[in-house]
Amino acid sequence: MTRAERRHLRNGLLFAAPWLVGLGTFLAFPILSSLYLSFCDYSTLQPPVWIGLQNYRDLMGDTVFHKSLSNTFIFAAMALPAGLVTALFLAILLNSGVRGLPIFRTLFYLPCLVPAVASAMLWLWVFNGQYGILNYALSGVLDPLNSLINSLLSSLGSDARVHLAPPTWLSDPNWSKPALAIMSVWGVGGTMIVYLAGLQDVPAELYEAAEIDGAGWWRKLFHVTIPCLSPVIYFTLIIGLINVMQFFTAAYIMGGGPMGGTAGMPARSTLFYAIYLWGQALEWLHMGYACAMAWILFMIVVILTLIAHGTALRRITYLG
Amino acid sequence: MEPRTIYGRVLTYILLIVGSCAFVFPFVWMLGTSLKPIEQTNTMPPRWVPYDYKATLNGRYQPVIRDNNPLTAPVLVVRMTEGPQAGIKRVIGVDEYKDGKARTVIAGSTEWLGATLLYRAEPGWYYVKERKETEQIDAPAEWDLLPPEKIDGRARLFWENYPNAIRKMGTTRVWIPFLGERTIPLFFLYLRNSLIVCTLGVIGTVISSALAAYSLAKIPWRGRGVLFAVTLATMMVPFPVLMVPMYALFKTFGWVGTLLPLWVPPALGTGFNIFLLRQFFLTIPRDLSEAARIDGCSEFGIFWRIILPLSRPALAVVALFHFLYAWNDFLGPLLYLTRRETFTLSLGLQAYQSQQGGVDWSSLMAASTLVCVPIIVLFFFTQKTFIRGIATTGIKG
Repeated sequence: MTRAERRHLRNGLLFAAPWLVGLGTFLAFPILSSLYLSFCDYSTLQPPVWIGLQNYRDLMGDTVFHKSLSNTFIFAAMALPAGLVTALFLAILLNSGVRGLPIFRTLFYLPCLVPAVASAMLWLWVFNGQYGILNYALSGVLDPLNSLINSLLSSLGSDARVHLAPPTWLSDPNWSKPALAIMSVWGVGGTMIVYLAGLQDVPAELYEAAEIDGAGWWRKLFHVTIPCLSPVIYFTLIIGLINVMQFFTAAYIMGGGPMGGTAGMPARSTLFYAIYLWGQALEWLHMGYACAMAWILFMIVVILTLIAHGTALRRITYLG
Repeated sequence: MEPRTIYGRVLTYILLIVGSCAFVFPFVWMLGTSLKPIEQTNTMPPRWVPYDYKATLNGRYQPVIRDNNPLTAPVLVVRMTEGPQAGIKRVIGVDEYKDGKARTVIAGSTEWLGATLLYRAEPGWYYVKERKETEQIDAPAEWDLLPPEKIDGRARLFWENYPNAIRKMGTTRVWIPFLGERTIPLFFLYLRNSLIVCTLGVIGTVISSALAAYSLAKIPWRGRGVLFAVTLATMMVPFPVLMVPMYALFKTFGWVGTLLPLWVPPALGTGFNIFLLRQFFLTIPRDLSEAARIDGCSEFGIFWRIILPLSRPALAVVALFHFLYAWNDFLGPLLYLTRRETFTLSLGLQAYQSQQGGVDWSSLMAASTLVCVPIIVLFFFTQKTFIRGIATTGIKG
């Protein structure tokens, strides 16, 4: 090693020293010890006891675990596509040379700033089955619809009557996950700004060429805009996947809080993976079991990322 | 992709206006609810304008709570003089009073007991009661019935909901220098704690991340490729993987119940911030730092005098995003904080909600608004940095 190389090594390590300490103490050590603990019976009160694969075997037979996993996947399948499509749609609208772009952009972005706890409170109130504003608006649509259908039915001589009523959202096991998905669409402003920046990089020549070839709005969308934006979409998809699998705060507040009580209300329909993991770790002190769950989550995230990576690479178009 | 036709342009604006109204509406609803008196939040259809009602009650002209629904049938108001309810005011049907006696059901059997007729209320009259300064949900207060023309209503925003919400979130006794022991609302402690966690975390993460990013971008040392790969990989680790060992670790440190676990780890740098700053440092031409090196400037001197001043926009993005993250974080405080005096605003707001049980919507919305306001104000002062930050962090990935 030359003198210069030694000096660079010393300086490099010195500059990175705080991060190396943090990396070791608050990342490497916890990651390795949680892997170790996932093979142990551990309650923090006594030292961990090695039990091999028992935690993982127990998880395979744990019906609540299966429920939390399927809840999370169903929620992800609703929230992720809805969020990405909304963000893309808004970004395309904003990118079409409208006046007042900064104002619209700010309005769409504002919800992203709201702390998760406050937005959970806000949406609890919006979704309130009795006095919530959403159901007031919906019954404004559904009531005339009901009377229209009923008058049609009676004019046809039928005795059947319909009564379409808005759902009670967070109190209804069938509607609680769609409600949370609607809430998450409210927070797509960040993704929208990422797409908007991506759209501004799409070369204008491509659109001109497409127009010369006689392409309409939809053809340009599917053959120019989306292919050019594909790396950005891929990136936001991965980030979205990692985040949605750890969905916690709003579910914790809107689903009734601590496990011992009423977590995942109603009827465990909002018992998401991170909520169950939290309950196992912090409320029942099954720390080893929770670590096994955390590692399964980690593996799921890695596998989903690899799948997204594999399928995306064939479809992504990178611009220069 | 600009729409060619006038219809396309009109449609674009319509969609944008409808969409932005839908995005903003929940805020309007939150703010609107926070400015209503509690009894005017539970109405269907909702009331858009809060009303302040005043009437003469118990011989005094004063603020009153008016029930939302007027009477549909006449009733009699009597005061019982006999039986277990003696002395209590009752509202009964017009056929339930005869010759100084009111029909009363005691343990399933009907009896006629002595009562004085106070007045008769007609359809259209409203129930009213005193509005107490400190409105407790379960405070017993007697209802009276008044005709609508004797109740004065005036549209008014109930700004007092804000100080009331702060008081309802709880108080505690603390020792303040020069003032001695004082009772102060917990809200101010929550605010202080949030500010401590955010400020120390921001200062730490900006310095540590910039140092590490400089090492990765500008110093050609062996092993930096590996460190960069590891740094990137840390961004993928879900927090639950770290949760249990971190909790155990901070327990042995004796840090559980303090703010330290919330700001010390990010203050040593985070993968995302280091990545962001490294990408920015790479765009700074080598010639600048080389020239300084030839002039005899030390490595730290180059970092401090050349790279950092040129990187202000990127540093601002890191600082803002960490502030936002730490302000909004809920899982961390929920995991490590045990006493209410150490709670951050997010956790304090959730504690208040779960304790009051979701009835007092106007106070809850006032408290939620208070938690949002600092972040929104911060956003309006730093909008450009914010938007640029989101755009670049997204694309550079």
